Amino acid sequence: MWCMLERVKPPRFRYCEARSVDEALALLAEHGDDAKLLAGGQSLIPMLNLRVARPAVLIDVNRIAELQTVETNGALRIGALVRQRRAERSEPVRAGAPLLGQALRFVGHPAIRTRGTIGGSAAHADPAAEIPCVLSALDAEFELRGGAGARVVGASEFFVTTLTTALAPTELLAAIRIPAPSARARSAFLEIARRHGDFAIAAVAVSVELAEGGAIERARICFANLADVPYRAHAAEKALRGARIDDERAVREAAEAAVGDASPASDLHASARDRLDLAKVLLRRALGAIAAGGSA
Amino acid sequence: MSAAQPSDAKRLVTLTVNGLERSGVAEPRTLLVDFLRHELGLTGTHVGCEHGVCGACTVRMDGEPIRACIVLAVQAQGASIETIEGLADGEALHPIQQAFREAHGLQCGFCTPGMVLAVQSLLEENADPSEQEIREYLSGNVCRCTGYVGIVAAVQRAARKLAGAE
Ligand SMILES: Cc1cc2nc3c(=O)[nH]c(=O)nc-3n(C[C@H](O)[C@H](O)[C@H](O)COP(=O)(O)OP(=O)(O)OC[C@H]3O[C@@H](n4cnc5c(N)ncnc54)[C@H](O)[C@@H]3O)c2cc1C
Ligand code: FES
Ligand code: FES
Repeated sequence: MWCMLERVKPPRFRYCEARSVDEALALLAEHGDDAKLLAGGQSLIPMLNLRVARPAVLIDVNRIAELQTVETNGALRIGALVRQRRAERSEPVRAGAPLLGQALRFVGHPAIRTRGTIGGSAAHADPAAEIPCVLSALDAEFELRGGAGARVVGASEFFVTTLTTALAPTELLAAIRIPAPSARARSAFLEIARRHGDFAIAAVAVSVELAEGGAIERARICFANLADVPYRAHAAEKALRGARIDDERAVREAAEAAVGDASPASDLHASARDRLDLAKVLLRRALGAIAAGGSA
Repeated sequence: MSAAQPSDAKRLVTLTVNGLERSGVAEPRTLLVDFLRHELGLTGTHVGCEHGVCGACTVRMDGEPIRACIVLAVQAQGASIETIEGLADGEALHPIQQAFREAHGLQCGFCTPGMVLAVQSLLEENADPSEQEIREYLSGNVCRCTGYVGIVAAVQRAARKLAGAE
């Protein structure tokens, strides 16, 4: 459909580079609804080229150093502007959020991840995207900054609906905090796509904490592309508590419970029903992979 | 310090391309690929889909592969860009280019500049990739001619050449 559009050049816009968060916030306060922040540009520039987005002002945040740090201080804190490729290679990220490390290789292609940012993917809030799915599974917290000050919101509050977050037009996402994993946590990320690097038809992020002997103390499960926001499968999480991870019956029942009231869209890649079936299969496989070897 | 004011005026962009300092004029909305082709006359980088999905416009910026159709020229201010024009040494093709020729890694050649630059990054990161790793790394570079078999063979051949084994 997009390929048939005749124009693939951005419309005219006004552009400037912000050198600090305060400068970006001042520009947002002044240009508010007419402005967009430009991070990696890997979602925004295609939309400009196709003219599905027409902001009057682009505020480029790529040169703001304070948004590009990775810190571990109990929790892992990833600056919003940390590139996906850098996060994928980062030891602190892989240690502090193994699930994110597992998922990043599914995000587009290397030449996309070298520009695309962790925060940009979160702020873009595509329900098919891997990063928002993982951040929801890990109960990440989002540090928002605006003219009126800073606030922190949880993932369930941050992701509002398709391409919509709790960010006000005058706010920016400064960083994402991920609580430290328990030593007994094991995780897996699996997805089905037509071709490696394409958006997922369905994907699952799973993190479980296992007691001695393999009983599940706590499971956290989130699906991409089953709803308008990352879909936390609370029913399955509850069903798995206390079950052994290699108990096939418990796993099957949890998978049935998992998709609960999800109502995914049908599109040319898959029908809603296929998506629900794929989601269940992915969850069974992910738990199987964890049971077999720790992670997948 | 007063904050920069947004403007749509043309501006001078100075960057390094294949080791040489170059500059040209760009509107903020000018895509890097169009700047390279039209302003700097470097037409080796191809433009396919113009929205990031085909990989034809792949170049390297500060050593990393990027898609020049979804980066603005003004964002490359001060950057170091590598394009296909920088690969051969005079008449002597780069080993990756030689391997593509010998292993039938191209037919029409439309995807080839982007493919070769992506392969350069792949082989820097992984000197001896498996077929699976090659296919995964290049999954974002679309080729409508070869069916990819020749491309995979070319990458393996290039890896051997770069290791000095061929
Ligand atoms: C060919 C291709 C394939 C792709 N495949 C996938 C895929 O498989 N999975 C996937 O998840 N993604 C995929 N993507 C999208 C990619 O991951 C993007 O990098 C990501 O969605 C957006 O991050 P960005 O840094 O590029 O943000 P941008 O494109 O710069 O911005 C996206 C939006 O977020 C806003 N924004 C960005 N940063 C902030 C901030 N700090 N605070 C507030 N607002 C902000 C912008 O204003 C804009 O509205 C693909 C992209 C392409 C071109
Ligand atoms: S032309 Fe840039 S990815 Fe297709
Ligand atoms: S050789 Fe023709 S598109 Fe690849």
